[in-house]
This record gives sequence, structure tokens and C-alpha cells, in this order.
Amino acid sequence: MARKINLRIWRGNSTDGALQDVTVDAMEGEVILDVIHRVQAEQMNDLAVRWNCKAGKCGSCSMEINGKPRLACMTRVSTFEDGETVTITPLRAFPVIKDLVTDVSFNYKKAMQIPAFQPPADLKPGQARMQQIDVERSQEFRKCIECFLCQDACHVIRDHEENKKSFAGPRFFIRIAELDMHPLDVIRNRKQTAQEEHGLGMCNITKCCTEVCPEHIKITDNAIIPMKERVVDVKYDPLRWLGSVIRKRDGIL
Amino acid sequence: MSRSLGRYAYDVVVIGAGGAGLRAAVEAREAGLSVAIICKSLFGKAHTVMAEGGVSASMGNVNSDDNWMVHFRDTMRGGKFLNHYRMAELHAKEAPDRVWELEMWGALFDRTKEGKISQRNFGGHEYPRLAHVGDRTGLELIRTMQQRIVALQQNDEKETGDPEKFIKVFAELTITEILKDNGKVSGVYGYWRESGDEVFFDSPAVILATGGIGKTFKITSNSWEGTGDGHALALKAGGRLKDMEFIQFHPTGMVWPPSVRGLLVTESVRGDGGVLTNSNGERFMFNYIPDVFKDKYADNEAEADRWYTDQTNNRRPPELLPRDEVARAINTEVKAGRGSEHGGVYLDVSKRLPAEVIKKKLPSMWHQFYELAGVDITKEAMEVGPTCHYVMGGVDVDPDSTAAVGVPGLFAAGEVAGGMHGSNRLGGNSLSDLLVFGRRAGIGAANYVKSAGANPVSDTSLKAAQEKIEKPFTQTGGENPYALHHELQELTQSLVGIIRTKKELEEALIKIAELRVRIGKVSVSGGREFNPGFHLSFDLDNMLLVAESTALAGLTREESRGGHTRDDFPVMSSQWRQVNLICTFDGKKVSVEKTPLPSMPKELFELFDPHELEKYMTAAEMSKGGSN
Ligand SMILES: Cc1cc2nc3c(=O)[nH]c(=O)nc-3n(C[C@H](O)[C@H](O)[C@H](O)COP(=O)(O)OP(=O)(O)OC[C@H]3O[C@@H](n4cnc5c(N)ncnc54)[C@H](O)[C@@H]3O)c2cc1C
Ligand code: SF4
Ligand code: SF4
Ligand code: FES
Repeated sequence: MARKINLRIWRGNSTDGALQDVTVDAMEGEVILDVIHRVQAEQMNDLAVRWNCKAGKCGSCSMEINGKPRLACMTRVSTFEDGETVTITPLRAFPVIKDLVTDVSFNYKKAMQIPAFQPPADLKPGQARMQQIDVERSQEFRKCIECFLCQDACHVIRDHEENKKSFAGPRFFIRIAELDMHPLDVIRNRKQTAQEEHGLGMCNITKCCTEVCPEHIKITDNAIIPMKERVVDVKYDPLRWLGSVIRKRDGIL
Repeated sequence: MSRSLGRYAYDVVVIGAGGAGLRAAVEAREAGLSVAIICKSLFGKAHTVMAEGGVSASMGNVNSDDNWMVHFRDTMRGGKFLNHYRMAELHAKEAPDRVWELEMWGALFDRTKEGKISQRNFGGHEYPRLAHVGDRTGLELIRTMQQRIVALQQNDEKETGDPEKFIKVFAELTITEILKDNGKVSGVYGYWRESGDEVFFDSPAVILATGGIGKTFKITSNSWEGTGDGHALALKAGGRLKDMEFIQFHPTGMVWPPSVRGLLVTESVRGDGGVLTNSNGERFMFNYIPDVFKDKYADNEAEADRWYTDQTNNRRPPELLPRDEVARAINTEVKAGRGSEHGGVYLDVSKRLPAEVIKKKLPSMWHQFYELAGVDITKEAMEVGPTCHYVMGGVDVDPDSTAAVGVPGLFAAGEVAGGMHGSNRLGGNSLSDLLVFGRRAGIGAANYVKSAGANPVSDTSLKAAQEKIEKPFTQTGGENPYALHHELQELTQSLVGIIRTKKELEEALIKIAELRVRIGKVSVSGGREFNPGFHLSFDLDNMLLVAESTALAGLTREESRGGHTRDDFPVMSSQWRQVNLICTFDGKKVSVEKTPLPSMPKELFELFDPHELEKYMTAAEMSKGGSN
């Protein structure tokens, strides 16, 4: 039942590193995280990798597999050809700490900059009444497991360290949208601050974020686009946007 | 080797950023303390994030007959009356407020038609009681509290210019030691996982919120974090562990493919209508209804099926018996040769609910089976079997303040604390436990700090902690930590598992002693930076202490109850119900002693039908009718 799989794993730290080839057994039904753990137990005891739930629920095991941002615990070995070499590298948008572990503190800093939920001053605990249909829009965004794969995929910051200061990234656009659509939140200018302070305008709707989201959150269609539409007060024209995917944009719409 | 040694000072250090730790931190901050939150993973990844089914609270939104007294009764019944009555009482009374409070912090639970928080059925709960968000309730809980902490930090920033002035998260930092000076807690010692650098905190109060012990077993629903660190830290600091023989094996873990063996299949699958069958297609749970539950559970399919639409006039399906019953039943079916292809039984919801409803109510289960096992649960049955899920035992605490008995300055809440769940926990009662006792730990620590004052760490305690950290790098002997972990897991799984015997438990204790010697010879390769082998070498020591406590307490308790089943003592004994087993550690080995279980006062005693209590209590207890 076991078969061999060739892995090319990036090993190193913040200053130096290289890809290393290993061959390891893969059992039926295993995911990439399993074979990484086997490498760790048998061949490279100090290989650094983050994980927790092994079920796609915690968003810890984010890495790039053949260059694509993915959860290692949800990537089955059987999706690769026999004899194929699978390349495993750390998230590219964030500084490497060691091997597959990166410094994702950028995201926690951005989280801190978004004004917290604020309920009506006179609402008493237990008194809130909301219809399912009204909570569902925000619930979609609250499914986010903070794997930061969308942040990694977004070209605005992927290779542009300089943009990080003024751009919160798709994870935090959905956080703002979630609060904006929250039936009980009283802060009214969330869309404007998304535009003015969090760099919503730098997003040019390439949808790369949506494509990599393991929770299948429609980041662009359900959060970014509706916010943009209302922010500029002009009807969104998909053709105009599609045409500008590859053109470099300089900030505001 | 001289490395940088970080030093911080806080009023209270919270070890653990799961539900219990975060709730404690919020409360302590609101009481005016400065708080450090320390966790082994990134912020927001603790085990709590994996909880699926829901949080129990008798809000009565779906059935208005529900109230704290019914919840209290269910909890005591589920725990086979070994619970600390006071914890169960506080929990049942305070859970609704804790859930509503989450809503005030931004949580969005699923709704009823009237727009209230919806509640679902779960094993052992008389009424629909679990507030939930699909099957990702733990994520909602942890994210809400994470965001609440950010909100507090934003406030502090507004007022002082520094968001981290009063509350700071130290992520990816492992605590290896609780430091004590003058007979009281003085701080904690640990290392940064990233750099391997050591660090200590001066802090007169420490709250343990370190979660569970699942990783001591081979088949478990727990993540790598569940290594019983808090249990071991408390033992080493002179604390007491109680009820360590009681381990919950969740009846439904995945069994296939091997790489996901143990992964949880939420109880909501059964709550929402899933039925269990064996390889003969029999709905076998009807054969396993214990006498004490006969009046509450249907003994025929027709009635069980009617219950889903009419709960007033029918008894509940036996699939919803407390977890220990269902786990043992599955174990028996498999042993009798009526198991599924890969050694489990079948759990099927596809014949009960339309595909769209399944995907909506159980989205992550659908996803988990589809992605990881190639099974479409809207069309076919799942294969499931027991998995080590939860430890009822834990630090012996004062119910009201959560203060650890015997260690001034130490508090414990959440899974690491003992007593609340007795011999078996009901589903949904953990998330509510985290909130109720997390908050109480915050208050308890705040009151303690205000009266006890500072107690700085001394050089002597520092030095001792430092020497221990160096050991895996300086030791020789060549033992591989991964191999030892594997051996420990095999041992607990086969000798301290669901069904236990004297002979096996004695054998387990001998093997554990042998492993302890070998752990002294673990040497790790590589450097200090993010080195999982080095990390595991510490976790191993903790897991071994936990396994030893469980085996020893299991050997001592000569009866079967909840999460402790002795093949050689198969019945429940009302004599043993009056006893808690307490484990302590003298630096070399664990010892166990019996202490009396506090008995219920009259006003709680009288909440029960005496005919029910008779099944659990001695004649003397019955005639006394309550402790006051
Ligand atoms: C798959 C699954 C589903 C579940 N579903 C439900 C459910 O539906 N309802 C329910 O009520 N319960 C459920 N439970 C149980 C419940 O989730 C757990 O009991 C609960 O989350 C434990 O919370 P906690 O706050 O005590 O600890 P955890 O959430 O486990 O957090 C422990 C924290 O302590 C930290 N820590 C541990 N050791 C150290 C150390 N040495 N140094 C520093 N930090 C440390 C960890 O990093 C972590 O942050 C489920 C459990 C699992 C595994
Ligand atoms: S759609 Fe916007 S946020 Fe998403 S990846 Fe593209 S540019 Fe980034
Ligand atoms: S939005 Fe999706 S991809 Fe982005 S962090 Fe959340 S779960 Fe991950
Ligand atoms: S380990 Fe949790 S998402 Fe992969």
C-alpha cells in the first residue's frame, strides 16, 4: 500500500536556506502534512512546521505546495502523480523564521487596526433578535480560519513589502465587511475607512484570494466588490475591472 | 552556553489561549490587572477552535421548559453523580449569561424563527440546549474572545498610547515550570518555540488553562498541544490531580483512512438524526440501554424516530445516550465481529436528511469526509469508532474561585481543571465550562493578587528551571523522542484504554516506569531554533506523568463508571461513588489517595426523584437526604 513520494523541502532560516530533496513513504489516504511529519520523525528531526487540528479547521499548516498557497493537512498525496516531485516551501509573503514556519505577525498587527465590534448602547444581553437570513452574510466571513493563504496569494503584498504598510489584505477586508454587515454593529463608516486607511482601493479584484481560500469564502464577490461599489458610489462595472487585472494600479480607484 | 534570558512582570499570567484562558484574561483585565496570555501555538489556534457541536446553556429558546435545574440534573446524571455538585450548579446557573455575553462581543450564533439563539439536541441533554454556529461553534467562541481582547487592547491604546500595556499575548512560547518562592507562586519559566531562548515571568498569580491530554493516546481527536502540560505543571508545583482515571472516549472518531484515524465526527450528526448500525445492518444501540436510563430512552425504532418531531410524547433515541455508553457499545460490537470494514461501525445521516440540509447543518463534517476520506455523507454512511477525546480529571480546585488546592497563587479552569464533569462529560458542557470557570478564574486571581501582593522570583528557583531546559541537549544516550512518544501511545492505548483490567494496568505502570528511565536519555539533534524534537522532549515528560496518574487511579478504582471501565469490576458501586482519587507527585513517582466526594446539600438533593438517586447512592446517603 505504501508508495514512495519525492519531496523537495525548503530548509533554512531568515538569512539563508535551500531546497533539499528527500524520499519518504506515503500510505493510503495520507495528506502532505502526514508525509512531512514522517520526514520529521525519521530523517529531519528538527524540521520546523506548524500544525494543530489536521482537519482544515485551525489554519496553522499554511505553506506553498508546488508554488500554490495551501493547507498541508487538506492536500492529499494521491492528487500527485507517481514519481512526481512535490516542492514544499514556506509562505512567500511573510518572512521566514525557520524551514516552513514564517512570521505572520503582520496579520495580527492589521487585526489590531480595525475598530472592534460595537453593539447599540442600550442593548441588554439576551435581548438581541436577529433573523437567520440577516446573520448569514456575516457568518460567511466568520468562517475564516485565519490561515492567511489569501494574504499570501494577494499580489499587492506578495512581492511588494512596501505596500504592507497601507494594505490590510483580503483577510481583513472580509473582517471589515463582516462588521459592516453585522446586524448589531453601530459603527457606520467602515467602508470609508476600508478605502481610506486599509487600502481597499489597491485591490484590483484579481480574485486570487478567493481561489485559495480553504473555507470557500467568496472574498471578492461577497465582501470586496460590494464594499467597493458603495464606497465609490458608482456602479461597479466588471468588464472595466477585468480589463485592468494586469495593469499596475497606483492606489485609489 | 549563554543565551539571552527574557524577563517580564505581570499581575497574572494565563497559560493557555483556548476558551478558558481567553475568558479568564478578559475578566482579569477588566478587574484592573495586567495580564500575560501565553500559548504554544499562534493566537487563535488553540484546541477550542476545533469544537464543533455547540455550547450548552439552558436559555430555553427552543423548549421553554428548560432551566438551570434541568441542566444541573443532566450534568450530574451524565457524570454518574461523581461531579463536584457545586461546580455543576455554578455551571448550570451561569452558562446562559456567558453565552449572551458573547453575543454582546460580536458572536453570531444560528437563530430560531423568533430571532433568538437557536439550540440543538445533544446526547444526555433533556432539551435542545446547545447554542451553535453550524458545526464550527468553537471557532466562533475563540474568535469572539480573541476579538474581545483586541477590543480591550484598542481601549488601552486610546488611553495610554500602548495597546499592550495591560494585556499582551505571548504566542509560541512553552511554559516548562511554575516557579514558587516562600511557598507561593512567584512566576513561570519557559522557552520561545521560535528561537529556543528562555524567558521567565514574575507573577504572583498563574491561571492554568492548558486544555487536555489526548496526545498520550494513539487514537485521539486532540492536536499536538494536548500533552497534559498543565496537569503535569500543577503536579510538579505541589498541586493535586483528581479523577484522572476518567477519560472520555468519544464514540465517533473517523477510522479510515489511517491518517485521519481518531479525527472527530461531531455528535451533532446523531443529534440531527444520524443512526448507528453494525455490519448486519442492525441498529444496535437499542441493546445497550442501561437500567438507570430506561425511562428516558426509547427501546424501539418507531418511538425513537418519532422523537425527532415530537419530544414531549416520546423517549429519545438511544444513539443519544451519554458518550461513555455509546463508546462501550461500539467497542463491544466491533469485538463481537459485527464491525465495519475498517474496524468501526456505521453512522448514517444520509437516509434521514436531504442532501442540502446535511450540507447546511454539518458543513465541516461533509467537507472533512469528502476531502479526507472520499466519502459523500449525503449519500453514504460514515465509518466511525471510539477516539480519546477529553479528560474529566484535572487539577483539584475550589469551585467558586478555581484556586488550586495546596498551591497558593495557582488557579485552573477549563479542561485542565477537575471535578465539574464527574466521571463523564456531556457534549457541549465543555465550551460552557470554559466560559463559566474561565471568568471565575479571572475573578479568583484578581482577588488573590489584590490581597497577596508581589512575590518576586528568586535566583534559586530560576537556576533550577534553567538547568532542566538544557538537559535534552547535554544528555547522551541516544533515545529518540518521537520513538518514545510512539511507544507511550501504544502502551496507553492498549493497557489504559476504554476497557481496563488489573493485570493490564499493573503492566502499564511497570512500562511507564521503564519509559521514565529512558526519557532521561533523550538527546535531540539540531539547534534551539524552532526544533520540534526539543519541544517534544518536554511534552513527553508531561505525558508520562499524566499516563502514570491515569493508570494508578484506574488501578485503584475497583468499579466501572463513566470514562473508567474495569472488565474485572464491571458494575458501578455506590461505595466508590463517595470517593475521589487524588494524585500527587513527590518528584520521583505519583501516589494516589482516596478522599471523600463532597455531598449535595438538601436544596440540590431535592431536585431529583429519589428513585433515581437510589440507583447511585447508598442507603445511608438516601436516608440523610443531603449534607445540611
Ligand atoms: C474535535 C473536538 C470537538 C469538540 N467539540 C466540542 C463541542 O462541540 N462542545 C464542547 O463543549 N466541547 C467540545 N470539545 C471539547 C472542547 O473543545 C475542549 O475541551 C476545550 O476547547 C478545551 O478548552 P481549554 O480552554 O481548556 O483549552 P484549549 O482550547 O485546549 O487550549 C489550551 C491552551 O493552552 C496552551 N498550552 C498548553 N500547554 C502549554 C504550555 N506548556 N505552555 C504554554 N501554553 C500551553 C495551548 O497552546 C492552548 O492555547 C471538542 C473537542 C475536540 C477535540
Ligand atoms: S482580489 Fe484584491 S485582495 Fe484578492 S488577491 Fe486580488 S488584489 Fe488581493
Ligand atoms: S479568508 Fe480564507 S484564505 Fe483568507 S485567512 Fe480566512 S480562511 Fe484563510
Ligand atoms: S492543521 Fe489545522 S488547518 Fe491544517
